[in-house]
Amino acid sequence: MSVDKETVKKIANLSRIAVTEAEADALVPELNNILGWVEQLSEVDCSKVEPMTAVIPNKLRLRDDVVTDGNIRDKVIANAPAAEHGFFGVPKVIE
Amino acid sequence: MSMTESTYRIQGGTGEWEVVIGLEVHAQITTNAKLFSGASTEFGAEPNTQVSLVDAAMPGMLPVLNKECVRQAVRTGLAIDAQINKYSRFDRKNYFYADLPQGYQISQLYHPIVGEGKIEISLDEKDPDAHGKTIGVERIHIEQDAGKLMHDQHPTMSYVDLNRCGVALMEIVSMPDMTSPKEAAAYVRKLRSILRYVGSCDGNMEQGSMRADVNVSVRKPGDELGTRTETKNVNSLRYIQQVIEYEAQRQVDVIESGGDIVQETRLFDPDKNETRSMRSKEDAHDYRYFPDPDLLPLELEDDFIFDCKASLPELPDEKRARYKNVLGLSAYNAAVLTAEHETAIWFEELLETTDEPEKIASSAANWLTSELFGALNKMGLSIEKSPVSPQQAAELLGLVADGTISGKIAKQVFEIMLETGDGAAKIVEEKGLKQESDTGAIEKVIADVMAANEDKVAQYRGGKDKLFGFFVGQTMKAMQGKANPQVVNELLKKTLGPAG
Repeated sequence: MSVDKETVKKIANLSRIAVTEAEADALVPELNNILGWVEQLSEVDCSKVEPMTAVIPNKLRLRDDVVTDGNIRDKVIANAPAAEHGFFGVPKVIE
Repeated sequence: MSMTESTYRIQGGTGEWEVVIGLEVHAQITTNAKLFSGASTEFGAEPNTQVSLVDAAMPGMLPVLNKECVRQAVRTGLAIDAQINKYSRFDRKNYFYADLPQGYQISQLYHPIVGEGKIEISLDEKDPDAHGKTIGVERIHIEQDAGKLMHDQHPTMSYVDLNRCGVALMEIVSMPDMTSPKEAAAYVRKLRSILRYVGSCDGNMEQGSMRADVNVSVRKPGDELGTRTETKNVNSLRYIQQVIEYEAQRQVDVIESGGDIVQETRLFDPDKNETRSMRSKEDAHDYRYFPDPDLLPLELEDDFIFDCKASLPELPDEKRARYKNVLGLSAYNAAVLTAEHETAIWFEELLETTDEPEKIASSAANWLTSELFGALNKMGLSIEKSPVSPQQAAELLGLVADGTISGKIAKQVFEIMLETGDGAAKIVEEKGLKQESDTGAIEKVIADVMAANEDKVAQYRGGKDKLFGFFVGQTMKAMQGKANPQVVNELLKKTLGPAG
């Protein structure tokens, strides 16, 4: 598996990361190198091995359905650059 | 079982087109707290007051799954005969939008909690068995809802309220088994009914607790599936049907004029009754899903699933069959009384007042669907808010059954009950509405009526048998409607003798 410059630019765009042409040129071989290393892993036959989803031997903990949080609006919007009337203000996004 | 609507077709210039519909219904799970945080889910609070630092996606926050959301999703799955996956997992669906501070939605792509199931629908609500069809459900998974954007509060900004952000949703994905707008509406109606019986979602489409993404494609009958479009967030039964009608016609027009359908996300504009492409979602299907490293796989024990199953109420299909087969109700009454859980609960409370429910079931069902529904309709009340309780209704119907009052008087008594809240027996007693079944008293009145109308008696005996109704009317009138009509009929027939 490998990526070309178009793919790099597309992924950058989807991730909202600004990437210049020169950076994209540099990223292509870099990413392909990484993909190459990862690909080496597929040389190992693990068709009979359960996929490991977490490194800790633990079970998912569940929470009771009780309201224990909220009513902290000031904290929630503390870092918002344009909060108004308790809302976050963002550049107009409309379809 | 056949379905007349399966013949729904779009008439194009090149012939007939078939429509194929699949629905992804997002149903808000009824819980106190959110899917992964302890913030409240209550509707209508001040903006951003029901937001925890987890929902606001502050750095370092970790999601902890709400057990009730799991339980309700499993119960919903069991209610539609679906496979319950004892192993499921959460994935991140990555996209950027102002209503989603995490930058990803926690969802379940690869291992949903519920697998394939099915829902029986009907196009004829009055006789559901006559026009039934089975719609497959592909899966149900659990995911987070996003926040809410408001565009009309400020000239240059949109406002963001994150109260809804992180509320638990079930996404219920149907198979592309529907072929007409009516079938799609019947499916959503039935799904809503089941969710409300189960108690996993309140089904309130106006408040947005249930909304659908509508997938539509067209094809010539017998052809392979065409390319589909997905119209997002449609929030009423009427709009769902309008979207299908509009999209199907638009697609036929595009194809017949030489174009191709692009697989895309569209938006419904109810004011213009049209769908539009959402260009901003061009990359919408490029979500770069991956397992959420913050959450371990969800593993369910057999006991948990067993308890979920045991906690299910009798569901609408079973209930309808029992009303028909055991209680002897008409197909229509059985369907009407079971469509909404609240109606069935009310009806059953009424039946619980007797040891032999089969005896009163039919008359109670008729009374409920005509008298009670009529009154509630006029007052704009739902059945839970009925001013007359099931026990009070049973008292009223009991008075009719034992002949104390006639059906006609019962209507009058019911009206007084609605106004005053008094019991039926008390009203009958106080207003002297008790029916006269004493033959002696009635015979006396009949004799008076005949004496005052000798000419009509002669005409009747001369062959004008239509006059019988006149004598019934006069007798009832003289007794202020309180005579037992059956007794009046019998006695009149006897006294007048044969007509002609």
